[in-house]
Amino acid sequence: MSFSTKHALRLALVTTAALSMAACASKPKPGPGVGPGPGPGYPSQPGPGPGVGNVVPGSIQDFVVNIGDRVYFDFDQYDIRSDAGPVLDAQSQWLMRYPSVMVRIEGNADERGTREYNLALGARRANSVREYLVSRGVSPARISTVSFGKERPIDPGTSEDAYQRNRNGHTAITGGAR
Amino acid sequence: MSALKETRPMRLKALCLALASLMLATVSVATPAAAQIEVDVNKGDVQPLPIAIPAFGGTRGADIAQVITGNLERSGLFAPIGQQVHIEKGLNVAVQPRFPDWKAINAQALVNGQVTVEGGRLRVDFRLWDIYSEQQLLGLQFTSTPENWRRVAHKISDAVYERLTGEKGYFDTRIVFVSETGGRINRTKTLAIMDQDGANPSYLTDGSYIVMSPRFSATSQEITYMTLRPEGSAIYLFNLETARRESIGQFPGMVYAPRFSPDGGRVAFSVERGGNSDIYVMNLKSRVSARLTSDPGIDTSASFSPDGTKIVFNSDRGGSPQLYIMNSDGSGVRRISYGSGRYTTPVWSPVGDFIAFTKQTGGEFHIGVMRPDGSDERLLTTSYLDESPTWAPNGRVLMFSRETSGGPPRLWTVDVTGRILRPAPYPGSGSDPAWSPLLN
Repeated sequence: MSFSTKHALRLALVTTAALSMAACASKPKPGPGVGPGPGPGYPSQPGPGPGVGNVVPGSIQDFVVNIGDRVYFDFDQYDIRSDAGPVLDAQSQWLMRYPSVMVRIEGNADERGTREYNLALGARRANSVREYLVSRGVSPARISTVSFGKERPIDPGTSEDAYQRNRNGHTAITGGAR
Repeated sequence: MSALKETRPMRLKALCLALASLMLATVSVATPAAAQIEVDVNKGDVQPLPIAIPAFGGTRGADIAQVITGNLERSGLFAPIGQQVHIEKGLNVAVQPRFPDWKAINAQALVNGQVTVEGGRLRVDFRLWDIYSEQQLLGLQFTSTPENWRRVAHKISDAVYERLTGEKGYFDTRIVFVSETGGRINRTKTLAIMDQDGANPSYLTDGSYIVMSPRFSATSQEITYMTLRPEGSAIYLFNLETARRESIGQFPGMVYAPRFSPDGGRVAFSVERGGNSDIYVMNLKSRVSARLTSDPGIDTSASFSPDGTKIVFNSDRGGSPQLYIMNSDGSGVRRISYGSGRYTTPVWSPVGDFIAFTKQTGGEFHIGVMRPDGSDERLLTTSYLDESPTWAPNGRVLMFSRETSGGPPRLWTVDVTGRILRPAPYPGSGSDPAWSPLLN
């Protein structure tokens, strides 16, 4: 990789970070006390598009479309970013509303790391999400974790945007949804 | 070379390999004299040695010569001379070659041989000649079953390599690896095994779950590897001769990165609990595990020193992934990597003189080596993504996986000088290679 490409990548990364921070700053952040409701305000999340009509409340589709089932991490980091907090707040409130739902947190890493280290990193990310949900009142007995390391990318690309999408914690519903 | 069919995994064949009696006899036709020619494996930039390997006489004779030719050529240390320019034909192992005929085509060494099949047994006699001193350097005879002809060819390759370089050979070996098929999303990963030259590929799992990090035992035809399913991970032991497969047990979190101790009696591995990964070691007889690290950083990718007294591993306890060494009881931890960049996947050479690793610096990945005290770091490769080095049993060659941006991983080899870099003789996509010890 040439120096200029590297430089461009780094610039792109900085720009992405700046944009997401700006997005966060310009929107009211739903705090822990705010009800989830449809269309939560986390526009910087590269998640699903606009909500689909006639989604059964309490269903997996409801969770994925109206709440958001992924949060994203910075390179080699596992702390919950400010743009992920509102998503996880919404996840925890949804999970409290539907107490029979069981979830598995899947930690994922981008391909810019070696296989075993990325498994460890994904485990840290999954655990960060788990701890956050537990801190918001979700019973730890309802949450399992697994790391897929870099084995389960959701974006096949090799751009910084693709890497960013692949560094995530995925909350997968494993049972109890409507 | 037969390519591994990528479309659909074949069923696990009984891998009770015919490791049957490969017998070796020394033939004392001539007294081996001091070699006039030698190949220096420490100088990868030397001119490869011109060597002639005409088709052996008898059944499979041409095939055996071809396998030997491929092995020696791929080492980068030998330059086989095409048979079309050979002058002397139909050599007889019982008589000396016509040395002027071989000098005329600039051959410095000559390997000739004869195959005979008697009573269901395959016997291969071969000779290695130094053309300029007109001396026989080797006169050996291998006996085996006819279907083992490739292994006989690998044994002869090892004998020639060892006689001319002074280093042990590495051709009568196998590679266990992860065959990858499908796109970058939902890729299928199947445990596979092949000879080091890509022949005899076969699958060991059915591809319905992720497999990673296979490793050979140094003492038996056994491997350990990790499986990853949404429900969690597991570490397995798998005996290649009996096809017996067993888990090393249940753990509260994820388990991964298994490695045998050099005596085959223990497995070191990582256990993750609450997001933190530490290194444990299990005695395979008693099945008792001991925890070796208890740091809040990531501790993984353990690899034993050849004498079993030390373990090199990967930890980010200092803020970024680096290489550390500890005694095999967990005491005496010290960092050995101090260069700029991220160091992972340490693998101790079976000879003991180097530790290979993956280094990530800038936007690139490298396979490198350093002394066990961290000195003499050298980077051997550079690409978009190189990782997972594994040592040939003689500690002179490394296999690793390489991905170009957006492309599938491929297996490559590089020698320890970094000068002999080439794709491994496997046409498919593969990752996580592990080199076997020399077969018996």
